[in-house]
Amino acid sequence: MAADDDGPDTAGGASGGGDGDLLRAPLVIEYPFNRTTGPVVGAFVTALRNRTVLGIRAADGRVVCPPVEYDPQTGAPLHELVEVSDTGTITSWSWVDRIREGQPVQSPHALALIRLDGADTAMLHVVDAPGPEAVSTGARVRIRWADEPTGAITDIACFELDGGAS
Amino acid sequence: MSSEPDRSISTMPDGLWTQPTPSVPVDLGDDPVRRQVVPASMRYDYTPGLATTRFLRGLAEKRFLGERCPQTGDVYIPPRGVSPVSGLRTTEQVEVGPKATITSFCVVHIGFGVNAPPTPFVSALFLPDGAAVSLYGTMGEVPHDQVRIGMRVEPVWVDDDQLTTSMENIRYWRPIDEPDVPAEQLKGHM
Repeated sequence: MAADDDGPDTAGGASGGGDGDLLRAPLVIEYPFNRTTGPVVGAFVTALRNRTVLGIRAADGRVVCPPVEYDPQTGAPLHELVEVSDTGTITSWSWVDRIREGQPVQSPHALALIRLDGADTAMLHVVDAPGPEAVSTGARVRIRWADEPTGAITDIACFELDGGAS
Repeated sequence: MSSEPDRSISTMPDGLWTQPTPSVPVDLGDDPVRRQVVPASMRYDYTPGLATTRFLRGLAEKRFLGERCPQTGDVYIPPRGVSPVSGLRTTEQVEVGPKATITSFCVVHIGFGVNAPPTPFVSALFLPDGAAVSLYGTMGEVPHDQVRIGMRVEPVWVDDDQLTTSMENIRYWRPIDEPDVPAEQLKGHM
């Protein structure tokens, strides 16, 4: 504690003193959100359960993946989901050395933006790679599906490097 | 596929808000995903500060230790080290309670959290004797429809070997056989 801290008089020898050992404790603030998916995101995660990835066609013809309900440029509702590939290209990435609780892969990995073949936008996901030297922008990756899909983004367990170059 | 909108949670007036119903190029089966539990969690290493540390150490001895504002004389609990009214540092530790008066309460019918009591239960603000502000807690040993503002109460502590530096030392509060405090006297403490 700070040496210049003079706490209040501890009346009657109250044990409230002991400023020397400031309390400290773990505190978890947690909300178990129960979210409705809506028809677009609902279709996306339902398709993931079937090991299929859907994007959505924007007003300018580009395919946005993961799909969004409204056009990113105009805000107009979008209507046409399209299937995209389970392979793609890393467009940006960073290496995660320190693993925190709840991360999808419990070993050092890359967090990457991945543009799936057939899509025009990138999605954020994990690339399981032996080390940062194995990862590069432009590298080809492939989805590793979860063993037991549940209809969630985690049905994509991670991406893995796809052997040969593109 | 399930283009039928899911109305089981809430219904919006027509035209006020809609979501597009997209065409889907694959078969989604009979049981499309409509909702997900998505936990959001933040983990802190929390330190309550010096004044509240003194208060929590008092709780470990089943004592309520507030601290007095040097200007108004009011005793604040849990103490934060400064008076919220004058901004001055609190300089005197004062033991208050443990008897207290209900200043406000709420009958809870939808509990949440792992520690919530069975519903319906009463959460309330308890003004310890001698304190200027109330502590939050839950009521026990009384039907929820018999709780009232001004009711006199006392804390029920956990067993001595379970005492820690935590508000969880108080299992709940229960009525005591004393006349109610008139609401007039609780003005300024509600």
